[in-house]
Amino acid sequence: MRNPRIAPSWRALAVQTLLVLALATLAYLAAANAAQKLARQGIVAGFGFLERAAGFDIGQSLIPYAAATATYLDAFCVGLLNTLLVSGLAIVLSTVLGFALGIARRSGNLLARSFAAAYVEGFRNLPLLLQLLVWYVAVRVALPSSGDPAAWGGAYLSQRGLFLPRPDFFGLAALVPVAFAAGLFAMGLLIRASHRAVALGKKPVPVLWPGALLVLGPPALAWAGLALAGHPVPVAWPARGPYDVEGGLPVRPEFAALLIGLSTYSAAFIAELVRSGLDSVGRGQREAAAALSLSRGQALRLVVLPQAMRVIVPPLTSQYLNTTKNSSLAVLIGYPDLVHVFMGTVLNQTNQAVEVVALTMCVYLSLSLATALVMNRYNARAAGTRR
Amino acid sequence: MRVVRPKAALLLALALLGAPLPARAEPAKAEPARAEGTLAQVKARGHLVCGVSPGVAGFSVPDGQGRWTGLDVDFCRALAAAIFDDPEAVRFIPQSSAARFTALQSGEIDVLARNTTWTLSRDTAAMNFPAITFYDGQGFLVRKSLDITQVRQLDRATICLQQGTTTELNLADWFRTRGLTQSVVTFANSEQTLGAYESGRCDAYSTDQSSLYGERLKTAHPDEHVILSEAISKEPFAPGVRQGDDQWRDIVAWTHYAMLDAEEAGIRQDNIAQMRREALSPDVKRILGLEGAYGARLGLTADWAARIVRHVGNYGDSFARNLGDATPLKIPRGLNALWNQGGLQYGPPIR
Repeated sequence: MRNPRIAPSWRALAVQTLLVLALATLAYLAAANAAQKLARQGIVAGFGFLERAAGFDIGQSLIPYAAATATYLDAFCVGLLNTLLVSGLAIVLSTVLGFALGIARRSGNLLARSFAAAYVEGFRNLPLLLQLLVWYVAVRVALPSSGDPAAWGGAYLSQRGLFLPRPDFFGLAALVPVAFAAGLFAMGLLIRASHRAVALGKKPVPVLWPGALLVLGPPALAWAGLALAGHPVPVAWPARGPYDVEGGLPVRPEFAALLIGLSTYSAAFIAELVRSGLDSVGRGQREAAAALSLSRGQALRLVVLPQAMRVIVPPLTSQYLNTTKNSSLAVLIGYPDLVHVFMGTVLNQTNQAVEVVALTMCVYLSLSLATALVMNRYNARAAGTRR
Repeated sequence: MRVVRPKAALLLALALLGAPLPARAEPAKAEPARAEGTLAQVKARGHLVCGVSPGVAGFSVPDGQGRWTGLDVDFCRALAAAIFDDPEAVRFIPQSSAARFTALQSGEIDVLARNTTWTLSRDTAAMNFPAITFYDGQGFLVRKSLDITQVRQLDRATICLQQGTTTELNLADWFRTRGLTQSVVTFANSEQTLGAYESGRCDAYSTDQSSLYGERLKTAHPDEHVILSEAISKEPFAPGVRQGDDQWRDIVAWTHYAMLDAEEAGIRQDNIAQMRREALSPDVKRILGLEGAYGARLGLTADWAARIVRHVGNYGDSFARNLGDATPLKIPRGLNALWNQGGLQYGPPIR
C-alpha cells in the first residue's frame, strides 16, 4: 500500500497544476480572440496612439494644453492631474470636516451633537450621484448669470465660475511659498513638542495661536517685504470679456460641485470613523488627562485623539481610496477628470479600448496602492505610540 | 478534515479547458451576396425592410398611433410605393448607431435610412450611399438675446458639447484655424448638455443642426433660442445599401431623384391627378411615365415615379410635412432647397 500521507498531496498538486493550466489557457485564448477581432477591425494594438495629435479642447487644465499641438498623452496627463487635484483636495477637506463632525457627535453641546448626527445621517444615506447632480444644479441656479457677475475686490463670481486674482510665484516671488512651507514645518515641530511635553508629564506647549502665527506670518512678511523692496508679487487680475470674465484663476462650477459633493459625502463617513475611534478610548484616559489639569480641548488633542487614531486610520484609508475612485463620477457633471477625458473622448476617437481601459485601471490601482502605502506607514507610527 | 475532492476539481478544470473552445469557432458568417438581387428578394417577400433611427424628431419617430413618420421614413415609404404601389408595404426596424452597419451587411434590412453621414471609410466598407437625402452640418444653438448671426462672433465664448463624437474635433479645428478661442464644457449625454446650456453655463450648444432643432423644442422657451444658419462641418445624410447590387443601388438613388425632379417640375401630391391630365411638358410626361419606359430600366413599372408622388409626395412635400415651418421643428430648407432655389438638392434628369 502507498503512503497515505504522500498520495493525496501529490494528487492535489496535479489537480492544482491542471487548474492553473486551464486558467492560463483561458487567458491566452481570450487575449488571442481579442487580438484577432481588433486586427479584423483594423485597429493597431499598442500604445503608439498616445503620440498622435488629440485635436480636441479640454475645459480645465493644470498644464498648458492646446488642441493644436497636444497629443493623446497630453490629454491623459490633463485628465490625470484633474483627478489628482479634485480627489486630493476632497480628501483634505473631508478629513477636516469629518473630524470636526465626529468630535461634535461626542461633544457636550446638544446643538452641535444633534447637528452632526443629522448631517451624518443625511449625507451618508443619499446616493453620491444624486448629491453631485443637486450640487451642480444648485451651483448653476444660485449664482448670478455670466452677463452680470458679482464682483468683490477684483474677484468675480458667476455661473461660469469663481474668478480669483492669481498671484504668480515665479522668480523672487517664490519666497512667499517657501516662507509658507517653512512655517508649516515649524508648526509641525511645535505640535511634536507639545505631544512630547505631555508624554513627559509636563505642561503642554500652546499650539493654536503660535501655530497660526507661524504658518501665516512668514508668507505675509515675505509678501510685504517684496513689495517694500520694489519687487511686488505679480498678480493676474480677472477682467470682463465679451462673454465671460477671463483671466485670473478660474474655479469652474463643475469642479466646485464635484469637490463639494465628494467632500461633504466622504466627511459623513469619516465622522462615523472618528466617533467610533473616540469611543474606543477608555474613559480612564480622559479622567487621567483631567487629573493632569489638561483642559477638555487639550485632553482631546493630546491624549484621546492620538490613541483613537489607531482605530480610525485603517478604515480611513479605505475611505480615502473610495473618494479617489468616486471622483470618476465627474463624467456626469462635465468635469474633465481622467475617466471623462481619457475613457470618454480619447477612447471614442481612437477605438483603442483595451489600451485605454488598461491604462485607466493602472492609474486608479496605482493611486489606491500609493494612498494605502502612505496610510499604512502612518498607521504603523500611530500604532507605535501606544502607551 | 482537509479533503481535496479531486473529481470535482478535475471536472472544473476540464470545464474551464473546454469552455473557450466553442467560442473560438468562427461565428456564422453573414450570408454572402445572394444570386438574386435585393429587388427580387423584396418582391418575393412582399414588403421592404427598412432600418431607421429609433427616434430622431422629424427623421424617424413613431407617432401617437405607433405609425412611423419622418423624412427617413418617408424615403422608405417612397421605395415601397415605387415597388409595390403601396407605401405601407414596408417594415421598419429601429437600428442603434452601433448595430446599423451589421444589420445591413447581414441582410437583416434591405436599406438603411438612418441619418447616417456618408464618409469615405463607410463608403469603402462593403456599403454604398446612392444619394444624399439631407445635407446636415454641425451648428450652434444660441440665445436670441446674444444677437449674433455668425459663428465667428462666438470668439471667446463658452460652448457646451456632448463628448465622444467628431463634434469636439470639428469645433476645435474650426476655431483654431481662424485664430479664435473658445472654452468647452463637455457632457456624457445630450440631456446634461442641454441642461447646462439652458441654465446659462454656456453661450452656445453645438451639435448637428438637424438635432439642434429638436433640442430647441425641449427648452422651456424655444422661441428665445435660435440656430445659426452657418455650419462648421459637412454631414451629408444618405441611405445605405450593400455593395455589389447595382440595380438596387440605382432604385434607391432614383427614388430620391424622382422626388427631387417631381418637385422641380411642380408635381405635388395634391396636384398629381391634374398634372397627369394636363401633362404639358415632356419632363412631366417622362416623370409620370406617360412617355418612354424608364421604370423598366430600373426593374420597376412605367409609373414608378408617379406612385411615389401619389403616395408620399415630392421631396418638398415630405420636407414640409416632417421638418418644415408647419412642424414644430421649423427647419429651413437651406442647403436642402432645390439647386435652382439656392440649395444643393439636384435631381439628374429622367430620360
